[in-house]
Order: sequence, then structure tokens, then C-alpha cells
Amino acid sequence: MTLGGTLLGSAPWGLRAGLALPIAAGLAGTLAPALREGGFAGLWAWDGLGCAVRLSVGTGLGSTVLALAIALLIVAALSGTRSFGLLRRSLSPLLALPHAAAALGLAFLISPSGWIARALSPWATGWDNPPDLLILNDPMGLTLTLGLVAKEVPFLLLMALAALPQTDAHRRALVAASLGYGRVAGFALTTLPALYRSLRLPTFAVLAYAMTNVDMAMILGPNLPPPLAVQVTEWMSDPSLARLPTAAAGAVLQLALVIGTLGLWRLAEYALAPMIPALALRGSRGAGLDRLVAPLAQGLGLTLAASLGFGIAGLALWSFAGLWQFPDAFPARLNLATWAKALPDLTRTTATTLGLGLGSTAVALGLVLASLEAQGRRNLPDRAPTFKAWLIFLPLIIPQIAFLPGLQVLALHLGAKGGFVITAMVHSVFVIPYVYLSLAPAFGAWDARFGLAGATLGASPARIFWHLRAPMLLAPLLTAFAVGMAVSIGQYLPTLMIGGGRVETLTTEAIALSSGGNRRLIGAYALLQTMAPAVGFALALTLPRLIYANRRAMLAERPNL
Amino acid sequence: MTLAPPPSEPQNGLTLNALTVTQGNTALVRLTAHVLPGQVLTIMGPSGSGKSTLLSALIGALPPGFTSTGQVILDGRDLSGMAPQNRQIGLLFQDDVLFPHLSVAQNLGFGLKPGGSRADRHARIETALDRMGLAGFGPRDPATLSGGQRARVALMRTLLAEPKALLLDEPFSRLDQSLRAQIRALTFAEARNLPVILVTHDIEDARAAGGPILDPMGNPVGG
Repeated sequence: MTLGGTLLGSAPWGLRAGLALPIAAGLAGTLAPALREGGFAGLWAWDGLGCAVRLSVGTGLGSTVLALAIALLIVAALSGTRSFGLLRRSLSPLLALPHAAAALGLAFLISPSGWIARALSPWATGWDNPPDLLILNDPMGLTLTLGLVAKEVPFLLLMALAALPQTDAHRRALVAASLGYGRVAGFALTTLPALYRSLRLPTFAVLAYAMTNVDMAMILGPNLPPPLAVQVTEWMSDPSLARLPTAAAGAVLQLALVIGTLGLWRLAEYALAPMIPALALRGSRGAGLDRLVAPLAQGLGLTLAASLGFGIAGLALWSFAGLWQFPDAFPARLNLATWAKALPDLTRTTATTLGLGLGSTAVALGLVLASLEAQGRRNLPDRAPTFKAWLIFLPLIIPQIAFLPGLQVLALHLGAKGGFVITAMVHSVFVIPYVYLSLAPAFGAWDARFGLAGATLGASPARIFWHLRAPMLLAPLLTAFAVGMAVSIGQYLPTLMIGGGRVETLTTEAIALSSGGNRRLIGAYALLQTMAPAVGFALALTLPRLIYANRRAMLAERPNL
Repeated sequence: MTLAPPPSEPQNGLTLNALTVTQGNTALVRLTAHVLPGQVLTIMGPSGSGKSTLLSALIGALPPGFTSTGQVILDGRDLSGMAPQNRQIGLLFQDDVLFPHLSVAQNLGFGLKPGGSRADRHARIETALDRMGLAGFGPRDPATLSGGQRARVALMRTLLAEPKALLLDEPFSRLDQSLRAQIRALTFAEARNLPVILVTHDIEDARAAGGPILDPMGNPVGG
């Protein structure tokens, strides 16, 4: 075997190690200081602990149940209809929207001095000044829950759409309909159990993220006390490292909470699963259900899309706004003053952001591609697909806050903290799963006869890969790259903890600014944070059309995102 | 074509020496044959009878779960264990399998044996197109070609790789009746210096090939 062949053969192991090792090292690095003096003792002594735990579990579970319910309602009531296409087109770009930008947009929309209040004032509300309402950062975390729902519905919906063809949903729906079942009832009884099996890991990822996210919680969530993950981050940010043991203990507790809640979710699955056959046995057709559920699903979907869309529009408007007094629905005039003043900072931060994205995505895409290609060449069936799926989802399910503190401590000991390269490498741990999920279906669906035709024409496996498979998969490759860029651009906690404040990205800056009051500057950072991944996706859509403008069969079909 | 055991000396042609392919305990293919250059051996049988298994074994791309014993010898070279790209066996598929991202000329260029100057290769591709009655089609998108034109490009692409034997996997079955005879005649004419194995379920194709007809287990098929 050649050197290249040996390298390629070890790629699947490299991929597994690249995911498992940083997580294992990080968890170990978190556990050690937690066991030191002041660790758990310091944590139990904190007054806010009970409240912080309740917030983590409450907002996490609440937002996940709601997001899953809305996504399933949309699929059940609307899939295959024309309004579904509209909904899908308006929701899928939101997948690329960084969490922080989504949260900032929502905050600008719904805060007491936000766009909605302005649009309704003073004619409907009578307000001449922003009312003294605690909408943002409400102590129960309702706004945070809403923000999480808005951001996770597009993700779960697209995951459901990707899994739907494998469930034979279309024929099952036809059978149910021909037996007189309504659309929603037919879906719930025939397709849902199979579909949910494919949605379980994405749902777990959503639940783990919702319980432990720091970026959205800092912008929308309660402050005193904040959810547990935010508090851990604050303790970690203490430059004297005095609170490190307490922070580490909090991280361990957070991990236990996530595992416990996932276990609870699994128990609930067991409890709820028998309901479906029981309902099927009753045989009620639920034909009236559709008239209720279809408008509800459509309304909810469009509301979510609109709230994120108007949020981003609000951010953009603020960044160009001159004077914009409270009850006015629009600024008195627009100018470029904010952009002009912040240009040097914005340019530097954008360059760092894109550099991290390009570096981490290039590494991730290289590993994923080499791993997929090596598996394909060995011509072996996937022996443990479930195991691999779990491993791929590991960085999405193990909360970042549980192992990043450990990695930060390790990086500190190695003298690598604050470096650009180490930050990019840690980004790639989170980029790999999404690149894999985005690319693997298209890579596997490539017609193997093209490879066989190439081989019988004398082409080596390498030539088949570079001249046939890769160029024919140009569109999914570019999409996977754009997905990876979007994931890296949106990373907050890894940049903050591993970059140690010295690696400043659009995301870390936007969130750092969010506690201050400069809406124009926040708007500028958040808008760039939104635009950067959007440009990537636009290129991924346009470039194949330009390159293959004269190749009809290459443009014929483009499956989902 | 002889059904006798292969001679001990190297000689031209494609030899199947007790080639046996099994899946579990079931033998799907058991063939001994020698195909001389210019001869066509036809393997006939219903679908699922091991025809495509035979082709996979011949080009060295058996799926997992199949085992093959015996030898495949091409012009005196034992092909056992050799990768598909080193076997010098050309294959024409049921449909043309033209690469959709390459132009007609680039498809031919992919097949054309390496070596020669750029201008030289270009000239060879032009000559090949000319021969097929496709002069000027080089820059075209293969998706814009008719079925007959695509079949001719696929044939030319295979032959430009200068294979030492040719396998035909029902390459005429997707063509309509009027084209079928024409493309079939063209293929056999172009392959007249090569040993050819045709796999088909169509008795008309089998008869037109002119050679002996066996099933995948080596039994003569009447007709």
C-alpha cells in the first residue's frame, strides 16, 4: 500500500480520535479541579444554585418540547402541500443564522423599547417612553425559551425532512388516507414512530444545547441568577482563577443534569410510545383534526420565521440609523457613521472570524472526506452505524460547558491558550459533526457505476476520486463547506475559553457588546455575523450553477440542504 | 472458441479457468472457456442468475459476501487479485454511464490511454468522434445527445482506453428497436480484434453475436 493509501486508511480512526480525544481530555480536565478544595463545597454554598438548575432544566426541556412539537406539526399537517414549500424556503436559511445574532435580533424586536413596541406606540399603547417591563431577561426564562424555540425549529424541521424519504412516508400517507384517516392522524399513526427514530439524536442535541447554551442565555436569559452554564462561564472568566474549582464543579453538575434529563426524556419515550398503537386500535380517523392543526402549524411556522427575519432587519436598520427616538417606528435618518467609525475593528474581527472558519472547516472537511472515501474503498458495509452516529453526535450532546473548562485548563498548562491555531482546532471538533451530517448522504448516494466505469477505463482510485467523485459532488461539497463555516462563525464558548479573550470574533464581540447599550454597534456586529454564513451559502448555491451551466444533468436535481 | 482446458503456453485471448463464484454455499457461476480475439461468448440467463456476478468477478469488483475461485487469464496474464484499473478489461454498461460533468471530448479524454502530447491526444479524440459520425460533438454536454449518440460515445470511450478484452452488460437493451441493430453491429465491428463476453437476456442479441451461448453455470443454451 502506498503512503497515501495508508494515510487514507487511518482517516476513519483519525476522525474518531479527533472527536473523542478532545472531549475525553476536556472532561477529565474539568473533573480534576472540581474535586479540589472549594469545588463542590463552593458550588453548594452558592445561593443561586437551585434557581440556576431550575432555569437550565426548565428552559431546556420547555424549548425542546415546543420546538419538536412545532416541527412535527408542520411536517404532519403541511408536508407535500404548497404552503409547505413556502415555509421550508423561509425557514431553511435561518439554519445558517448564528444563535447570537438570532437572540440579538429577537431582543431588538421584543424589548420594551424594541421594534414591536415602537410600531404600536403611541397610537395603540399610549406609550411615549419605553414601558418599565421586564420582557428581556425575565426571571423565569420565558423569552430565552422562545428564542431557543425559534432557532431550533428550523434545525429539527430540516432533520425531519432529510429522514422522511427513508420512512416511506408518502406511501404510508396514501394508505392512511385511503382508509379514511386525516392527514395529521395518518401521519401520527403510520410515519411518526419511524421518523422519530431518526430524529432522536438531533432532538438530544437540541435538548443538550438548550439546557447549556451560554450565548443566547446571556442575551435573552435571566441575570440574577442566570442559568447554570452562564454562571459557570462567569466563574471561568475570573482572571485570578480563584473560582476555577467552583466553576469546574458547576460544569460537572451541568453534565449530570444533561445526562439526567436525557434519561428522563428516554423514559418519557417509553411511556408515550404505547399510545400510538393504542390510538390506532381505537380506529378514530381524526379527520376533523386537520382543519385545526394545519392553520396552527402554518401560523406558528410563519411567526417564527417572521420574528427571526424582522429581528435581523431590525439589527440592520439600527446599524445604519441616525437619530431614532422611542416611539418612532423608523429612524429619522440613515447614515454610515457607525460603520465608518467601527470599520478598523470590524475588518480585523471579520478577518479573524473568517480565518477560524476557513481553517477549522478545511480540517473538518478533509477528515470527513478522507474518512468517507476510505470506508468506500474498503467496500465494507458499515459494521456499527449506531455507534458511529453516537460518536458523530457526541460533541453536540456532551455540553460544551462540561468539557471546554477542562480543555481551557489543559491549553493553559501547555501554554497554548489564546492561540489562533488551537482555537481553530477546537472549532473543528464542533464543525466535524455538521460537515459529516451534511455531506455523508450525498457522498453515499453517488452512483457507484461511475466509479466502476472509471476503473474499467484504467483510472486509479485517486483519479476516480479527484476527477469523477469530487467534481460530481461539487454542490454538496460546497454546501458542507458553507455549513462548516456557519458553525464555526457561530461558536461562542470555544472561542471565549480557548481563545482566552485574545481571539476576537464577530460572535464574541457581538455578545460582549450586548450587555452595553450601543444598539448601532451591536447591530453592525450582528449583521456581519449573519451575513458571513449567508454569503457562504449563497456561493454554495451559485458556484455549481455557474461552473456547470453547460452540464444539464449536473443541474437536474439538488436534494435538500 | 474452445471449451477445452486452456493450453499451458501463454496465448492471446481471455481464458476462464474453472472460474467459480459462490455466495454462501450457493454457486452462482461456474465457467471454463477460452475466448479468442474476435470471438464473442454470450452468457444468457434470467435476471438473478449470476450474470452480473460474473461481470463483477471478471473486472475484479465482487461485492462483499461473494468468493471466487479459479482463474481469469488475459493474454497470458493471470488477473487474480488484480484491481479493476489494472486488468485492461473494458466494460460497456446497460446505459451509457457518461460522466455528466465532462463534455463529450473530456469523456473520451478520460478514457484515452495516458501518454502523448496535448495536441496528439486532441487529434486522437477528434478522429474517434469522426469515426463515430460525431464530428464537431466534442464540446457538447453529453446530456444533450440522443440515445444512439450517447451509446456511440460510450463505446468509443471504452475502446480509447485500449482494453485487451471487452465485456458487454446488455448494452443494447435500453435502445429502441431501430437503433439497436445498428449500434450492435457497430460495437461488434469495432471490437473485432478483441475477445468479447456479452451478457444478455435477449435471444436476438445473443444470436447476433454469432458465438456460443452458455448460461452462468456453463451449460449450453439452445436456440
